[in-house]
Amino acid sequence: MMSGKILYSYTGIFDTPDQIMHAAEKAVETGYTKYDVNTPYPLHGMDKAMKLKPSKLGYVALVFGLSGTLATLLTIWWMSAIDYPIVIGGKPLFSFPAYVPIIFEVTVLSAAIMTVVSMLFFFFKLPNNSHPLHGTEYMKKVSADKYGISIQADDPKFNEAAVKKFLESVHASEIIPIYWDEEEISHKNKILEPKFIMFLIVVAVITSGVTYFSFNKLMYMVPFDWMMNQPKLSAQQQSPIFADGFGMRQPVAGTIARGSMVYQFKGQPDLAGVKLVNPIPISKESLALGQVKFDIYCSPCHGYNADGVSRLRGQFPNPPSLHSDKVRNWSDGRIFAVVTEGQNTMPSYASQLSFDERWAVINYLRALQRALNAKESDVQ
Amino acid sequence: MSTVDYTQELSVIEGKPPLRVLDDLISKPIDAKPTRKFFIALTISGSMLSLLVIGLGLTFYYGIGMWGNNIPVGWAFDITNFVFWVGIGHAGTLISAILFLLRQKWRTGIARFAEGMTIFAVMTAGLFPLIHVGRPWLAAYLFPYPNQHSIWVNFDSPLLWDVFAVSTYFIVSLIFWYVGLIPDFATLRERTNNKIKKITYSIFGLGWRFSNKHWQHYEMVYLILAGFATPLVLSVHTIVSFDFAVSIIPGWHATIFPPYFVAGAVFSGFAMVQNVLIIVRKIFNYEHIITLDTLEKMNKIMLLTGSMVGYAYAMEFFIAWYSGLPIERFTFVNRAFGSYAWAYWVMISCNVISPQLFWSKKIRRTIPVMFVIAIFVNIGMWFERFVIIVSSLSRDFLPSSWHLFTPTYVDFMILIGSFGFFFTWLLLFTKALPVVSMAEVKATVTGSQPSHKDH
Repeated sequence: MMSGKILYSYTGIFDTPDQIMHAAEKAVETGYTKYDVNTPYPLHGMDKAMKLKPSKLGYVALVFGLSGTLATLLTIWWMSAIDYPIVIGGKPLFSFPAYVPIIFEVTVLSAAIMTVVSMLFFFFKLPNNSHPLHGTEYMKKVSADKYGISIQADDPKFNEAAVKKFLESVHASEIIPIYWDEEEISHKNKILEPKFIMFLIVVAVITSGVTYFSFNKLMYMVPFDWMMNQPKLSAQQQSPIFADGFGMRQPVAGTIARGSMVYQFKGQPDLAGVKLVNPIPISKESLALGQVKFDIYCSPCHGYNADGVSRLRGQFPNPPSLHSDKVRNWSDGRIFAVVTEGQNTMPSYASQLSFDERWAVINYLRALQRALNAKESDVQ
Repeated sequence: MSTVDYTQELSVIEGKPPLRVLDDLISKPIDAKPTRKFFIALTISGSMLSLLVIGLGLTFYYGIGMWGNNIPVGWAFDITNFVFWVGIGHAGTLISAILFLLRQKWRTGIARFAEGMTIFAVMTAGLFPLIHVGRPWLAAYLFPYPNQHSIWVNFDSPLLWDVFAVSTYFIVSLIFWYVGLIPDFATLRERTNNKIKKITYSIFGLGWRFSNKHWQHYEMVYLILAGFATPLVLSVHTIVSFDFAVSIIPGWHATIFPPYFVAGAVFSGFAMVQNVLIIVRKIFNYEHIITLDTLEKMNKIMLLTGSMVGYAYAMEFFIAWYSGLPIERFTFVNRAFGSYAWAYWVMISCNVISPQLFWSKKIRRTIPVMFVIAIFVNIGMWFERFVIIVSSLSRDFLPSSWHLFTPTYVDFMILIGSFGFFFTWLLLFTKALPVVSMAEVKATVTGSQPSHKDH
């Protein structure tokens, strides 16, 4: 009718479902292929009348459902039996019956999501709010209570006069041409519109603001602060309860806590060698404790066998072997003095090893020494 | 009214209203300005909701110690509420999916609303597992994501199955609901003249254009979703029941739990849907869409599931005796006559006795009576979960650790608040979205389908 406008389709409106069924059948008979029937709700038998192929979405559901099943099964198997195997309740690492519920749930979830996503976005190519049928009187009617047919201008058999005549022949009550809107044809790039860019900026600011707040502020506030704030005294804190204002207390005057004996031979290793007696008898437990502590604190320099094979690769001077006659002939107390105070480049181990642990290490060292210098009688 | 001919299929929609009138009626609450009644209702539910907010604030700030939970009763109001609300949700999926597969046309008038209730009920239910861990912002640990501890979740645990079941249930229900809403959004988009509404409906309607090439796939997808939702709804409460049945606490370790829980869920769900729909049909004048016949059918389902629940109670007792286990016998005798006997008898009278009144057709069709019965059912079903959880935990294997549970004021705030949360969502839903599916209802009006006379 008007120049400059591009025709999209001719539409006809019908009042009853029977009429639209008839019109659809006739449209197929006439040989139109690019046409559509719009009804406010699905009509039974319309797919047959329009000769539509059965929906393939069932296969989509099948494929994605089974992929979900398989992916979940493999994931759970890898997580529980391969990557971090833990025995739970004495069950096998891969205990399939326990996995059935989750596998089932993920199957349903992936099938449901993917079927709907494929339908809306791939089969229907939605969202599409710029379709020429939108915003027309025709759409208003077929969305409420009328039934409509729309024969498109790009149909190979399309001919304005013939289509009008066809719609009249099936008794359409209103025959209206639908044109493309200017905006719909021009395909302007809407991504660069200032409104959309503003929207993106606002989203970016809010997202980064919330993220910054959550990680840098919120996590230091009660109750999100991992129980940092507790009604108790930490070391070095003031306390109004005590007269001296200290939170930490001194031992009662004239007493010593168990295991906190004062070392009395500071700077007198030889005296210690004479006076100090090993109070820990050699036993399996003592040797085991000694081995653990020796391996942790002594072996990095002295070697696991106390033979001076250091693991420090020359970064620290190698100590001499502890199998020398000098050390073998030292009394336990003399060795105790070295461990406690250090010697030459060796530092003090008083803060790492308690009294008992030092004696246990010495017991273990004696065992090592004896292993390299066994007497004839030991073999018997 | 009393002479219903059961040989004929009843029309779902009473009378033969013009389709446009249906549109007008259904979209009226959305188009009209909120009335005073609505604001009063919103104020009440909002006040209840604020109780929840305060209760949760106290819980998060001071910790779970604000609740009455103790050792051995580590689960009490929190998990009772969780199971109760998940159960409420089940009616919606049953109506929208199972009744759809069974071609029960009477569901069309109530399906949308019931699905909405499902979603809000699952949201309410989802609160409780989150808050009962004490630090809900760490709930991401429940999902198997690659983390700095390089350890994975325990796939053998029913509690983890629960995470997957409930979150899947919520997502699939939401998808099902939204797919049903798309054509209605498009109808609303074409109806409205308000610019903001038009943009909103256009966004959510995705540009739906009622094409029959689309309807064909759409119906297929609806069928597929219904097919998936059916086993899903059965699985969700089954898995919830595993939370109990897989453990070895006396009174919990029973194979009857899955069917028993599913029946109970449908039972309480229908009671809640019926209660709310009676109010909705009155306020919005939907008497011809949500008909008395529909309500009667719901009452019949309540009668059926209520009897199943009653059977399960009896069977639990029988099995306890039949098993010959002294501790199991003690547990059930203790339920009926122990410290929580009052809760047990509330449960029995509400769940087993009151629905039996629905054998009478007159009661099934009298709205005030069925409303009261449904309220009783909801009370009874809440107490059922309370009895199962608290009576079993408070009297476990070790008498030296026996301890009774007494709820605190925070427990009650959260319980009442959960109703506020649910009903606030529901009220906003009635003003924001069509509470009856326009497209589905139109398709079931007499004469709306082709007569196929020339075939």
